[in-house]
Amino acid sequence: MTNHWIDIKNSNVVVIMGGNAAEAHPVGFGWVTEAMEQNNAKLVVVDPRFNRSAALADCYAPLRSGTDIAFLLGLSRYLIETEQVNYDYVKAYTNASYIIREDFEFNEGLFSGFDEKSRTYDKDSWYYELDEDGYAKVDETYAHPRCVWNLLKHHIDRYDFETVSNITGTPVEDYEKVCALIGSTHTHDKAATFMYALGWTHHTKGAQNIRSMALVQLLLGNIGVLGGGVNALRGHSNVQGATDMGLLCQNLPGYLKLPNDNDTDLATYLDNYTPKALRPGQTNYWSNYPKFFVSQMKSFWGENATAANSFGYDWLPKWDIQYDFTKHIDMMYHGQVNGYFIQGVNAINSMPNRNKTLAALCKLKYMVVMDPLATETSVFWQKAGEFNDVQPSEIQTEVFRLPTTLFAEEEGCIVNSGRWMQWHWKGANPPGESKPDAEILSGILMKLRELYKEEGGVLPEPIEAINWGYHNPHFPHGEEVAKELNGIDLKTGKQLDSFSQLKDDGSTACGCWIYSGCWTEAGNMMARRDNSDTSGKGITPGWAFSWPANRRVLYNRASCDVNGKPWDPKRVIVEWTNGKWHGIDQGDFNMKLPPKESAHPFIMQPEGVGRFFALKHLAEGPFPEHYEPMESPIGTNPLHPNVISNPAVRMLPGVAETLGSHTEFPYVCTTYSLTEHFNFWTIHCRLAAISMPETFVELDEILAAKKGIANGDWVKVSSKRGSLMTKALVTKRLQPLKVHGQMVHTVGLPRHGGHNGLTRRSYSCNVLTTEVGDANTQVPEFKAFLVDIAKAEGV
Amino acid sequence: MDRRQFFKLCACGATTSAISALGLMPGTAMAAPREYKLLKAKETRNNCCYCSVGCGLLMYSYGSNGKNAEKAIFHIEGDADHPVNRGALCPKGAGLVDYVNSPNRNHFPEVREAGSNEWKRISWNEAFGRIARLMKDDRDENFVEKNSDGTTVNRWLTTGMMTSSAQPNEGGFITHKFARSLGLVAIDTIARN
Repeated sequence: MTNHWIDIKNSNVVVIMGGNAAEAHPVGFGWVTEAMEQNNAKLVVVDPRFNRSAALADCYAPLRSGTDIAFLLGLSRYLIETEQVNYDYVKAYTNASYIIREDFEFNEGLFSGFDEKSRTYDKDSWYYELDEDGYAKVDETYAHPRCVWNLLKHHIDRYDFETVSNITGTPVEDYEKVCALIGSTHTHDKAATFMYALGWTHHTKGAQNIRSMALVQLLLGNIGVLGGGVNALRGHSNVQGATDMGLLCQNLPGYLKLPNDNDTDLATYLDNYTPKALRPGQTNYWSNYPKFFVSQMKSFWGENATAANSFGYDWLPKWDIQYDFTKHIDMMYHGQVNGYFIQGVNAINSMPNRNKTLAALCKLKYMVVMDPLATETSVFWQKAGEFNDVQPSEIQTEVFRLPTTLFAEEEGCIVNSGRWMQWHWKGANPPGESKPDAEILSGILMKLRELYKEEGGVLPEPIEAINWGYHNPHFPHGEEVAKELNGIDLKTGKQLDSFSQLKDDGSTACGCWIYSGCWTEAGNMMARRDNSDTSGKGITPGWAFSWPANRRVLYNRASCDVNGKPWDPKRVIVEWTNGKWHGIDQGDFNMKLPPKESAHPFIMQPEGVGRFFALKHLAEGPFPEHYEPMESPIGTNPLHPNVISNPAVRMLPGVAETLGSHTEFPYVCTTYSLTEHFNFWTIHCRLAAISMPETFVELDEILAAKKGIANGDWVKVSSKRGSLMTKALVTKRLQPLKVHGQMVHTVGLPRHGGHNGLTRRSYSCNVLTTEVGDANTQVPEFKAFLVDIAKAEGV
Repeated sequence: MDRRQFFKLCACGATTSAISALGLMPGTAMAAPREYKLLKAKETRNNCCYCSVGCGLLMYSYGSNGKNAEKAIFHIEGDADHPVNRGALCPKGAGLVDYVNSPNRNHFPEVREAGSNEWKRISWNEAFGRIARLMKDDRDENFVEKNSDGTTVNRWLTTGMMTSSAQPNEGGFITHKFARSLGLVAIDTIARN
């Protein structure tokens, strides 16, 4: 979230799209009702299903799953056409006036530079035209035909109401109402917030769904202000922290990059990731990259990181291609992987295409499962009737199941959606011999060190060099590691106050630069519990610690005009008065600089502005474009029939054959969550199992009648990947939509099925899903794939 | 009046009831409520482990803090002081005590041998030793020190790791250091899912 949960109360229009907060984030949703009751806010919900959030909305519009980009680009077009644009904001704080290279093009669904064979783009033309100093050229008159504003207008001109309605299935009258409500926040005294979740990320163009919304928020001037923002409602309690910790195949903690094969040495690496300013006088905060990286290497390798050995740079593994879990499971399936650690993930239930995942796991030599619960994954080798049809004697994998503690039995910090780092305490010992994950991994590492010392082996140096100087190397305590994440001055041994003190000469160590300030000489800032909100705007600077720098609203410089005057006197976060900055929050800029010098609120960008044109950062284009899901229910793209789905999607060999067509599988299937359950954990909890004891498939009354299916009947749902049996729930919440001349039916499948818990045994929805993912993130398309449905006979 | 004062007041009420039991009050007062069950419990602050709203929790456990007394959590409720949830919890959070005390918790390290149909309990020492052996053999055999261009790449691709998004940051950082020091590239989190 750029903002945070409580800040939703400051909104005038709350848009829930690509999520269902009332169901999946019910307590956070309390701030939506607060905004509706106390701030007269309107709630807009756009979703394929009339869900629990929609039930409370002022305005609901249905759309076909996988068509959000068309919906949002049409909204952007409407805003520009009706001049419901915050022009002051757009002029001051976006790249609307920047000039794009002459060779940039978009034709018939493809941007310039596409290579059909590799399904990738040569992105050179997706860039600004630069002047002789290397700065981007701008045209503040907006007359230049290739300035971003004109290119944007041209790009989205195709998305008129009829075209959008033809693609999305949203009736025009519903669409108009949504557009008008959101458009009403273009004035300085109104703000809209967008709340989204997996309903936007679980698509082959998930990142572009979010980009499309960011375009809308920039047009309306809603980013960096109270009650506005781009607000991802994250799923797991510490998935934000896990991402901050860089637990991804190409990351290091703090959003630094794991080097790849082209980063041949430290100097090349730092040069590749330290951006140069694209406009004069920029903060360009990533210019500090070397300080963040070298300090992290000091934290990784301790005294073994020296200037002479490039601070241990060569010990870091380098990647050649992206080894995300989909790729690695595919390698496993092809017999190229021997060992796998599964820490707190129920992989066999959570990963797409369960049948393939199961076959892949069966090929492992060893598997180590670390979990507090006896998951289906840990017993993938055990026969469980039709739910897990295997022969144990044929599976040669050695499986270790190691019991771990859970939240109540360990201390530490987890980070919520609003970037709040909250410390928690241990309430009891875990059952039996369970241990925290950190203790288990330390135990294995210490054993490996012993083995390498005794036997030698390949490259033992990093295993010996990794800094494990904890009080007890077999069990690093939470407090010690938290201090390491904050960082210290190695000369004085003192905890750092903030990342502004980091150095690139090896004299500071810091595990994760964005966390700096969380544990200073004054103590544990994450454990603070002063809940006072003196401004009444929901800012509680004394509660926990919000990264970065205890900042509660990101980009908050954009809440003021260029001269430091708040756009809205009722929504002041920071302001320039009497020759100084004042505010209720930490400024997201250098507060020592006068207004004009700090008037580039997007300080992480080398040009300091919000981007309508995303340059080379996304795989499928600098502007969003509507592409159909990989499995499209209409089998064409009404905008460009030769480019139907996202052209830059990664297709692993053999995967194209696992995709079904709309003639064989005519219905759209979307997965979703229920409020009573959390993924597959709560199937092990009595109360949750009692309140929602089994899963089902939800379908509309017209489809049910056509198929002869009554409420509660057993039905078979099948996709090209597999099939499952479940009970039918026939509702009015789903309605067929008229799309491109045909009626499209959507069915919904809760994701909580399992065969090893306290609920009734059932299939996992992932028997049906596809592994094809977003072209940038590889998040699988769980929200829009094709199935067939039929009444099951003889049950 | 804060929560603790409220409890104390309840305790005073209970004492008064005890005096009345000496016979100074009519017999009907014997129907006084039993002692509030959280009164002698230890209160620990935590956060909900499910979604990312990050609701504050109060966890209550019994146990005298004596050497042989094992604490056990028997009740979890929302923290009224928490600025986001203000004491509220959703249906999942309200049932958290059933997660802590689930009958399906793992208790001991176990191994399932190749081709076997059962679990066998092992010691932590055996688990660490056997896992380290398997890892070292695989790493020594398949580690890639240089790519075809002769660039140092130091990667190990034949073992991978799916990492937790429920453990605290500190465990996550330890996981990261563990993985990269060994040369693991194929690490991923459920954030991608």
